[in-house]
Amino acid sequence: MKVFTVHKGLVAPMDRANVDTDMIIPKQFLKSIKRTGFGPNLFDELRYLDEGQPGQSGRERPLNPDFPLNWSRYQGASILLARENFGCGSSREHAPWALEDYGFRVIIAPSYADIFFNNCFKNGLLPIVLNENIVSNLFREAEQNPGYQLTVDLPRQRLIKPDGEELSFEIDPFYKQCLLEGLDEIGLTLKQADAIHAYEAQHEIDCPWLFHAIK
Amino acid sequence: MAGKTLYDKLWDAHLVQQRADGSALLYIDRHILHEVTSPQAFEGLRLADRRPWRLDTNIATPDHNISTDREERAAGVDAIPDETSRIQVKTLDENCESFGIREFKMNEMGQGIVHVMGPELGASLPGMTVVCGDSHTATHGAFACLAHGIGTSEVEHVLATQCLVTKKMKNLLIQVDGELGTGVTAKDVILAVIGEIGTAGGNGYAIEFAGQVFRDMSIEGRMTVCNMAIEAGARVGMVSVDDKTIAYFKGRRFAPTGEMWDRAVSYWRTLQSDSDAVFDKTVVISGSDIVPQVSWGTSPEMVVPVTGSIPRIEDEMDPVKRQAIEHALKYMGLQGGSPVTSIPVDRVFIGSCTNSRIEDLRAAAAIADGRKVASTVKQVLVVPGSQMVKAQAESEGLDQIFIEAGMEWREPGCSMCLAMNADKLGAGEHCASTSNRNFEGRQGNGGRTHLLSPAMAAAAAIAGHITDVRSLKQGSMA
Ligand code: SF4
Repeated sequence: MKVFTVHKGLVAPMDRANVDTDMIIPKQFLKSIKRTGFGPNLFDELRYLDEGQPGQSGRERPLNPDFPLNWSRYQGASILLARENFGCGSSREHAPWALEDYGFRVIIAPSYADIFFNNCFKNGLLPIVLNENIVSNLFREAEQNPGYQLTVDLPRQRLIKPDGEELSFEIDPFYKQCLLEGLDEIGLTLKQADAIHAYEAQHEIDCPWLFHAIK
Repeated sequence: MAGKTLYDKLWDAHLVQQRADGSALLYIDRHILHEVTSPQAFEGLRLADRRPWRLDTNIATPDHNISTDREERAAGVDAIPDETSRIQVKTLDENCESFGIREFKMNEMGQGIVHVMGPELGASLPGMTVVCGDSHTATHGAFACLAHGIGTSEVEHVLATQCLVTKKMKNLLIQVDGELGTGVTAKDVILAVIGEIGTAGGNGYAIEFAGQVFRDMSIEGRMTVCNMAIEAGARVGMVSVDDKTIAYFKGRRFAPTGEMWDRAVSYWRTLQSDSDAVFDKTVVISGSDIVPQVSWGTSPEMVVPVTGSIPRIEDEMDPVKRQAIEHALKYMGLQGGSPVTSIPVDRVFIGSCTNSRIEDLRAAAAIADGRKVASTVKQVLVVPGSQMVKAQAESEGLDQIFIEAGMEWREPGCSMCLAMNADKLGAGEHCASTSNRNFEGRQGNGGRTHLLSPAMAAAAAIAGHITDVRSLKQGSMA
């Protein structure tokens, strides 16, 4: 997983509440055998005017001109501003996969659905919680100022606005460490490799028949 | 200090590290992979440049969306008609090839539904921790494995670390005493248990099945029972080791031999709950009270004895349950109060990881022998659980019995259990099915599933409606 320390990026708005994971990545794309490549189908139903099918190239499809992510001013955005209960609905891990694949590293919203929130950390995405008024202000500023960028300083837990104003945010210390060190759960478990090796050696003494290769 | 349960023993024997937050690292002895839940896990390994921790613990086979049609199957992987299915199967082949994992390929002897082929090859053995990206992995608990279903992220985690991050569950003892009557099978026992404790009854528990009924049951019957622990809400279901367990594994392809076998057996004999072990909850059921069961609704707990009637909304006092019954009756197109034997059957499915082993096929064949499928039944699929089951059945002539009765003899796979391939129900069709889930649309959009035993399914095929297999037996068999 990518290490997350300080990130500066363009901010794009997703101005609606209760965005569910089906909206983030519709079910027809779940048949894919990949964890990557969901980016072109992020928010598929909102982004395109036709109905998306797996395997299509996004470039030939008619874009919805009313959807902000299609506007030139938001191209290259890596910070998504969102409203409350973002990521509700099905538990599909494809939702954070799609956001990450598109290029987002940070989401800022007043609240998230539980499973989605946890899935983000497993995939190197930082979901920041800020109170509703602050989020509304950010929406306004991002809209009024084309090219609006924010800096996210994870070690200091600060969001830095273009004018230098700093906003602090909370984060679970365990998740913070995972992101700072770029550790996913596998990475964390592998930190215990010595313990696993030690167990394994004893296990082989106790149950040697379990260490015969399958042929 | 109180003694340990079987689950406690297996947990302790595989505990690598207990963490302060209650979670633990549990060592995994066997990891079984199939085509649907593994591709992203392999891709994750590649992206992070990781290798499997211990290759020889992994074994793979395609089962979920392969064709069961003889000709389509013989044409090979490239001929799988549905593109996404074909890609998934090919991807499994490629991943196993490139990582060096032993795969039993689609048409290879040894291939089968993960929970049928694992035990029959001796790839899962008593005392192992077994995981698979499939919720019916509890099946392997029938011979005292600690067996869990896991998700795709966990598949990757196990591949990379040989461990699962998990929390210890509580202990639930389900004791079924006495003897089963004639015509009553393992499937009827587990359906009756689910009817009794409900689909959430086992939430948070590891179940141990104990008592005379399970002692008398074959290992295959115990697999049918443990398979559906998940439908009772539990991720784990187990039966302790006895002489039958040991006899079952003797001579299996990957079972130990010689001195190693003796050492294994002496360990396996310890895999029982201590007599003073304490369970967090105990449920006692009388085996002699169980009669053949049939599910009428859209949840496995919506089950009644074949001698009973479909519930009436007005008899239920609890408003939430009332609503569930009302909804299920509507979806199933059934009338509360009518006898279950009045339910007509459009299709019959004999198969799935619950009931596709040789004993299941023998039980169905005993009913089909010398009889014909009712003219109103559109299709009867008999799908063996594995290549080995198929070969065994054919050597016993069971395939001919099914074919002569007007049933279709298929190639091994999951088939109509989840309808990921072409084997599906049409909207509104009723299916007598030996599988494990009767959720809306599970066997095809709008399809209506009735869960029952293989003998009951064969009987329904002959009668054209749900029927009590016990009356059929008395009726005409010489
Ligand atoms: S037979 Fe059905 S329940 Fe069993 S593994 Fe296959 S799809 Fe899952």
